[in-house]
Amino acid sequence: METKEIIREILEDMHSDVDYDTEEGLVTDKVLDSFDLVSLASELADEFGIQITAKEFVEENFNSLAALTAMVDRLMEE
Amino acid sequence: MLLTSYNFVIFILACFVLYYLIPKKFQWVLLLAASYVFYFMAGAFYPLFILATSIITYFTAIWIADRTAKDGEYLKTHRAELSREEKKAYRVRSNRVKKGYMLLGLLLCLGILAVFKYADFAVENINALFAAFGSERELEYLDLLLPMGISFYTFQSIGYLLDVYWEKTEAQRNLPKYMLFVSFFPQLIQGPISRYSDLSKTLYEEHSFDWRNVRFGLERVLWGYFKKLVVADTILAAVSVIISDEYYSGAWVLLGIIFYGIELYADFTGGIDITIGVAQVFGVKVQENFIRPYFSKNIVEYWRRWHISMGTWFRDYIFYPMSISKSMNNLTKVCKNRFGKGVAKRVPVYLATMVTWFATGVWHGASWNFIVWGLLNGVIILITGELEPLYVRFREKFPRLTTSVGYKGFQILRTFFLMGCLRMLDCYQDVEMTFRMFISMFRDFDPAVLTLEEFAEFGLNWQQYLVVFAGTVIMFLVSLAGRNGSVREKIAAKPYVVRYGLFVILFLSVILFGSYGVGFDATQFIYNQF
Repeated sequence: METKEIIREILEDMHSDVDYDTEEGLVTDKVLDSFDLVSLASELADEFGIQITAKEFVEENFNSLAALTAMVDRLMEE
Repeated sequence: MLLTSYNFVIFILACFVLYYLIPKKFQWVLLLAASYVFYFMAGAFYPLFILATSIITYFTAIWIADRTAKDGEYLKTHRAELSREEKKAYRVRSNRVKKGYMLLGLLLCLGILAVFKYADFAVENINALFAAFGSERELEYLDLLLPMGISFYTFQSIGYLLDVYWEKTEAQRNLPKYMLFVSFFPQLIQGPISRYSDLSKTLYEEHSFDWRNVRFGLERVLWGYFKKLVVADTILAAVSVIISDEYYSGAWVLLGIIFYGIELYADFTGGIDITIGVAQVFGVKVQENFIRPYFSKNIVEYWRRWHISMGTWFRDYIFYPMSISKSMNNLTKVCKNRFGKGVAKRVPVYLATMVTWFATGVWHGASWNFIVWGLLNGVIILITGELEPLYVRFREKFPRLTTSVGYKGFQILRTFFLMGCLRMLDCYQDVEMTFRMFISMFRDFDPAVLTLEEFAEFGLNWQQYLVVFAGTVIMFLVSLAGRNGSVREKIAAKPYVVRYGLFVILFLSVILFGSYGVGFDATQFIYNQF
């Protein structure tokens, strides 16, 4: 499965009522709270074998499905 | 120099006149000089400590930034020659060095804070342990005077250092400018704990005199004085008596919770109003620290709206880094294999929440009261999170009830009461007494004990009770009006007579009803002790 689809599944497990293709303010609009963000970071680390550091743990990287996918791809690349 | 003293008013006036007279490029230098003079007047040796923290974080941040730039450049130049593994190994080495610099800065700053703030608390507990094991050995207390605002400026500096380490902000390479960021005097006493990326936007800018900005700043300062001098310092006398003696149990405890809730709100938000207002007079934008906190419907919301700069500091520099750390991920994996996904998901959140709230408690003060207060906050926040599915079902089942004004009012009162109960740890002399008084509130509750004769014992006359009551109603109405836009903007849109009339009434209220002058001693701000 593509990175994006795996992340979508994780997100849908958390909040199934969000349109992740259009939502661009997951953090800014408080769709995800701090506990969601921590769980998400932990699941991404587990699923993709990456380490999300505090440097990467910023609003811009978590605000949309696209931004999350880009971050995960970049970290897997490194 | 108290923020509520005449000296402070004269000091601000002198700085204000000079600020707009001197060439604009020197304005930030004047603020730096004023900050150090302000700090020197608070304690002759205080500037040494703030200077030490500034120098430590300045240099460690520069070393980190230099290393980041150098390594980035190296990787860019040798991109084609290096294999993926070599690049990774290089990054690991580079991060190790930067981490070393960061830890050096962190430990030195926290070391200074620990010696001044926590050494005697440690000695007290070690001595208690000696006694518990029958030893007669006793360590000596250091009895050091806590430098004013040390918790605030230490955390502000550490935040900057970590932001540079995580490449979230550029390092400030001008030492005096950096010293100003750490010592900016309006926020030295009780915060907010500003972020470099926020404060630096306006701190070093050249500012032309802008009457609207200055007027808004002065209005904010005056509003702060009203809250502090008219409400907080007047009700203080009653609070001090109620929390000092176990005689005031049962219904008195509930009254104490309400009175202390009013006092703390007026004291802390009033102080922050003065801080933000004074900064605004100089054209500097300091972040808001409160968003009508007493309108919160649950504890999580409350902490998003009360002492915001502290809450976000602990969230961004302790909670998040800890909960997403490698070791936490490993622990989560182990838990997932052993106990399943449900437990694993909770592990980072639970652990990081409790550590964060333990640290928040310790930050507030070197005592068990604050530690228990912090841990209880953490526990209640976690319970609130666990109960959320129940609340969701309840809201789905009773949509009309849960969207009614009455239900919202109930939620607000429940949160106020809950936070008030936790705040009792802030008031009573030790944890045992706090719990005894808490229990007495339910066991011995009898409103009949609240007699007028007893109220007269608190050293307040009926006019002062009336002033506190009126002040509280005004604060409430202003908060209510602030729900849909800035109150000052609304006032600014009113006719000239209304605008200045309100200003004069507020000024006269502070002069006539403020608790100062003969027989009064305007007290230090509560958060100054932290």
